[in-house]
Amino acid sequence: MKLLNLFVIALRSLNKNKIRSLLTMLGIIIGVASVIAMLAIGQGSRDSIENQISGLGSNVIMVFPGATFRGGVATAAGSAQSLEMDDLEAIRANCPSVKYISPVARSGGQIIAGSYNWNSSIRGVYNEYFDIRNIEVESGSRFSEMDEKRASKVCIIGQTVAENLFDEYTDPVGQRIRINKIPFTVIGLLKEKGQGGMGEDQDDIIYAPFSTVQRRMRGARQNIQQIYISAVSEEKIEPASEEIDDLLRTRKNISKYEDPPFNIRTQTEIVEMFTSTSNTMMVLLAGIASISLIVGGIGIMNIMLVSVTERTREIGLRMAVGARGKDILRQFLLEAVLLSLLGGLIGAAFGILSSKLFVVIMGWPVTVSSFSVIMAFSFAFVVGVFFGWYPASKAARLIPMDALRYE
Amino acid sequence: MKEQDQERKKIISVKNLSKIYDMGAVKVHALRDIGMDIHEGEFTAIMGHSGSGKSTLLNIFGCLDVPTEGKYYLDGADVSHLNKNQLARMRNRKIGFVFQTYNLLPRTSALENVELPLLYNPEIRRKERKEKAMNTLELVGLTDWSEHFPNQLSGGQQQRVAIARALVNDPVIMLADEPTGNLDTRTSFEVMEIFQELNRKGITIALVTHEADISKFATRNILFRDGRIIKEIMVERVKNAREELNKLPPEDEDI
Repeated sequence: MKLLNLFVIALRSLNKNKIRSLLTMLGIIIGVASVIAMLAIGQGSRDSIENQISGLGSNVIMVFPGATFRGGVATAAGSAQSLEMDDLEAIRANCPSVKYISPVARSGGQIIAGSYNWNSSIRGVYNEYFDIRNIEVESGSRFSEMDEKRASKVCIIGQTVAENLFDEYTDPVGQRIRINKIPFTVIGLLKEKGQGGMGEDQDDIIYAPFSTVQRRMRGARQNIQQIYISAVSEEKIEPASEEIDDLLRTRKNISKYEDPPFNIRTQTEIVEMFTSTSNTMMVLLAGIASISLIVGGIGIMNIMLVSVTERTREIGLRMAVGARGKDILRQFLLEAVLLSLLGGLIGAAFGILSSKLFVVIMGWPVTVSSFSVIMAFSFAFVVGVFFGWYPASKAARLIPMDALRYE
Repeated sequence: MKEQDQERKKIISVKNLSKIYDMGAVKVHALRDIGMDIHEGEFTAIMGHSGSGKSTLLNIFGCLDVPTEGKYYLDGADVSHLNKNQLARMRNRKIGFVFQTYNLLPRTSALENVELPLLYNPEIRRKERKEKAMNTLELVGLTDWSEHFPNQLSGGQQQRVAIARALVNDPVIMLADEPTGNLDTRTSFEVMEIFQELNRKGITIALVTHEADISKFATRNILFRDGRIIKEIMVERVKNAREELNKLPPEDEDI
């Protein structure tokens, strides 16, 4: 029998039992919808984390000094004085996968401009830092080489700082402010960056040349608190991190098997760290949802078995007029598959709709990926074939004479 | 008559046919050493009480069952040892079945019911299928009822749809298993009238019945008892169904 004819017959027979077909599909509908919704929520939270972390910059690698032990007492991570300017220059000179590199010196304090004052954090960085972290300057300029060499008292301020120090009629660029009583000239205003991954205000910040902060504000200590590095490309993040590790171990005489007094974190690692929990959640939720798909499949099998029994005479008649076992098998299998596919289709629609609803009502970040839709859909198809097979083969094995006489 | 028989084509020919149902402890001999022929254009009535083996024979004729022993030639081909799929093909191309209980598909229009056998013949295209089905419905006088569901038709009309379904594949023989068993006398005669009309057009018919007055519409009667043919009669005065219908007391139009 031709496939088109089979298709028409199967569709018609589902149409004859509309309510029953719909109820049978319900399991698949709920299954597919929940798989899609769960994956959408998982993917959404993953995407938003990735987005926030990509706010770190492009292909970022961070190097921190490790913790030290003073008489058996551990100090905070990053407090060791194990990274020095020489290390930084060595990385710049010897690691081919590194594109930009900048030390970071952190400080903070009271900032005064005229009659306004504000408390913010100050970072001492190289000019390259802005390239590493994709920070853009809205007006004014970035640091020059001379600023770094001379430890010039210039700074670039974030939007929040600007709003708190100057009224709206004043252009901050060119103004003089005092940071911890040291006079600085504002040479640039950062573009607004908004909230960061941890909810912090990324615009409440002041950047100054590294040497300025290191020498004038941190008491001329030589150790570096943190190094920001950007690899030449995404693929080069891992090689770069290895190059840095090797170099620093050699410079500090630390074998492969010892814990180094520094930590290297790549952007990829950070993303993985944050997404691994959301991945676990996602797999768990999708797993639970797929159980309902299987339950839905059992529902289909159940109804198909009833339908085969109910239609025994029809099967007998079809066989009497020339249907082969194969034709009957196909007919009932197609019916089961149509049920599950139709259920999958409705379920996919519901899943996408409810995902959108999550965005509107709960404000959750939700991403419906075509992958999840295709996956849930094909899973529904497989469920249909798997659970439709038994009733269909049962129908195909009927003996026409007995089937015709069945009451 | 004998000479004529030899000229006419044998549609069905069975030799030493036996059918034994193995029920475990007992073996039921449904048919014992049957030999008979049905020629083209004949209208045969197979008669007997229930359990006489007449239905078993019809099932074997209709390729729904295979004999335990003996040979069965249908339209010249030996079909005694065909497999399931080959039997299905035989049923589809050579046989037309009419059942006592009509066996129409519910909630399916008369036309679509008639189309059914053609659906299982991949050589027939959709357009041809519709045409053939419509033509056969016309043959049984149900052109106006083609879109009706079986539950909207009377018993007689339903059986006529079933007859149309049996004819739509141009079978070499039409087999009817107690076709009037569920019908009242008038409708029975109406159905027999159709059979006679079809037979007059050259269609070979074999029907199983236990009603003597129904068998008198056929040209040839074969009597069965305990799996054996006990008597064969060529009916001398074949009753005309239309005349018999006219003899019935007048009734309200019930169609």
